[in-house]
Amino acid sequence: MIAMRRRSVPVGEIVFRALCLGAVVVPLVALVALLVAVIAEGVGRLDADFVMRFPSRIASAAGILPALAGSIALVLLTMLIAVPVAVGSALYLEEYGNRGRFAGVIEVNITNLAGVPSVIYGLLGLEIFVRFLALRQSLIAGALTLSLLVMPVIITASRESIRTVPNALREAALGMGATRWSMVRGVVLPMAAPGMITGSILALSRAFGESAPLIIVGAATFITFLPNGVMSSYSTLPIQIFNWVSRPHEAFQTNAAAGIVVLLAAVLCLNAVAVLVRHRLQRRRN
Amino acid sequence: MESEQEQEAGALGMASGSVLRGLPTGADGTSIEALGLNAYYGQKQVLREVSMKIRGGCVTAVIGPSGCGKSTFIRCLNRMHELGAGARVTGRVALDGQDIYAPTVDPALLRRRVGMVFQEPNPFPTMNIRDNVLSGLAMTGRLAAGQADEIVERSLRAAALWEEVRDKLKEPGLGLSGGQQQRLCIARALAVEPDVLLMDEPCSALDPIATARIEELIHTLAGKFTIVIVTHNMQQAARVSHDTAFFLGGALVELAPTNRLFTSPRDSRTEDYITGKFG
Ligand SMILES: Nc1ncnc2c1ncn2[C@@H]1O[C@H](COP(=O)(O)OP(=O)(O)OP(=O)(O)O)[C@@H](O)[C@H]1O
Ligand SMILES: [Mg+2]
Repeated sequence: MIAMRRRSVPVGEIVFRALCLGAVVVPLVALVALLVAVIAEGVGRLDADFVMRFPSRIASAAGILPALAGSIALVLLTMLIAVPVAVGSALYLEEYGNRGRFAGVIEVNITNLAGVPSVIYGLLGLEIFVRFLALRQSLIAGALTLSLLVMPVIITASRESIRTVPNALREAALGMGATRWSMVRGVVLPMAAPGMITGSILALSRAFGESAPLIIVGAATFITFLPNGVMSSYSTLPIQIFNWVSRPHEAFQTNAAAGIVVLLAAVLCLNAVAVLVRHRLQRRRN
Repeated sequence: MESEQEQEAGALGMASGSVLRGLPTGADGTSIEALGLNAYYGQKQVLREVSMKIRGGCVTAVIGPSGCGKSTFIRCLNRMHELGAGARVTGRVALDGQDIYAPTVDPALLRRRVGMVFQEPNPFPTMNIRDNVLSGLAMTGRLAAGQADEIVERSLRAAALWEEVRDKLKEPGLGLSGGQQQRLCIARALAVEPDVLLMDEPCSALDPIATARIEELIHTLAGKFTIVIVTHNMQQAARVSHDTAFFLGGALVELAPTNRLFTSPRDSRTEDYITGKFG
């Protein structure tokens, strides 16, 4: 009887619960407030014209088209460069690399690279791509720099995903005479793909919102044409927003808010794609 | 010891099949011979100077207490052991007289001839039943279009699974019961047309009925393939094998025709084991 009776909850527990609840609610409220403020300010300015027009010195005539196109081109190019290289590295490290001291060193390096501030990647890109390889302030220089930034993240996500493939399945394939590569292609990749794709999209959506390294490798703030090749100069949404925010004129602030709404919508789209792809592939598997 | 086994086998002749309730033998199957085989995990030696002859077209059971090196031994027969980190093999294994550890041998090509079935049924989760059967051929680039249907049916029939899955070939392999999955894995191994089939405790994850079906299947496969089966179950060894090898502490203690080994073991350690004194 006595053992069954509910005892009063200890004070420590109450405090801990309150703290946890606070940890969830406070950032959430701050985030929602921020979003509401931005959307409230920007949404009036947001129309087809805003998305379809080029920048202008007159705030009300300015549009975001080149920045949007630049962001999309940059992220696509980054994807084309970073995903194959990162997935290849992950496969090499997991499936081929002998787990010696060398592998340990690489492991630590990659984990640490994922935590390096993005400005540092900008400086690296400036030295290697912009100056040494003389790619100047081009789309490709920006994409290569962003690739450096996202690759450690994609490699780490891909490796996690590869590790979930049971060893028994590798042995089953090798036991039938498959070579290592045909085993990887036939068994490991199909199983690891959903994780690799989600990891890649999440990393790329981070690159989509990145501005610091691009300022360093020379994304332009005022572009009146669409990117027309990998050597083209370009602008991106975050850079355009940054530029508008730093203008004193009130109307440009409104433009910035509208730009932020476009940026958020684009990032949300990318994340939605990640979720969709994951569900698709998992459903196919079951 | 081998000569003793050969004499025994010779004395029993192909009659050993009839002694074992109709377990067939194939006189011209691929024979395997291990000579001074040692296997290591890093510094740890897990097989010691194993020398034994596996008769072609016969079923050889490998028994012994847990950790005595049974799995390691059969994994040395298709060069799977060396895939583990730090794993090493010394000595000789001859397949029909040809050393499989010779530097000119491609392990992948060897494994097409020496197939393997594992303890846990492990169909490929991303593939349906049909693709599972064809996976070995697909991954070795030998899947001729137009032959696929025939190969699927032939392999599934050989694995005694065809009748149960003929109407759901497009369904995932993981949707089958454990015993069916294991037979699917056997079908998958048979599809690449090996000469030798290695089975590492293929029934230990299965219930008695599924086990009986696999044993039945081994009876029908005996004679067409050389089969080496690891088992914990001595009744099973007695039911399905021509020869039985008893391992202890990484060494081969005794290899003899199955009924001889179980009725009059020569080594006292074998006797202790089969009478349940240890293990
Ligand atoms: N990956 C490994 N690394 C190190 N030692 C191992 C490894 N795998 C097995 N061993 C050791 O090698 C020895 C033989 O193992 P093996 O798996 O061949 O035994 P087994 O006879 O098949 O046992 P069981 O009946 O339990 O399957 C054991 O002592 C085991 O601890
Ligand atoms: Mg074992």
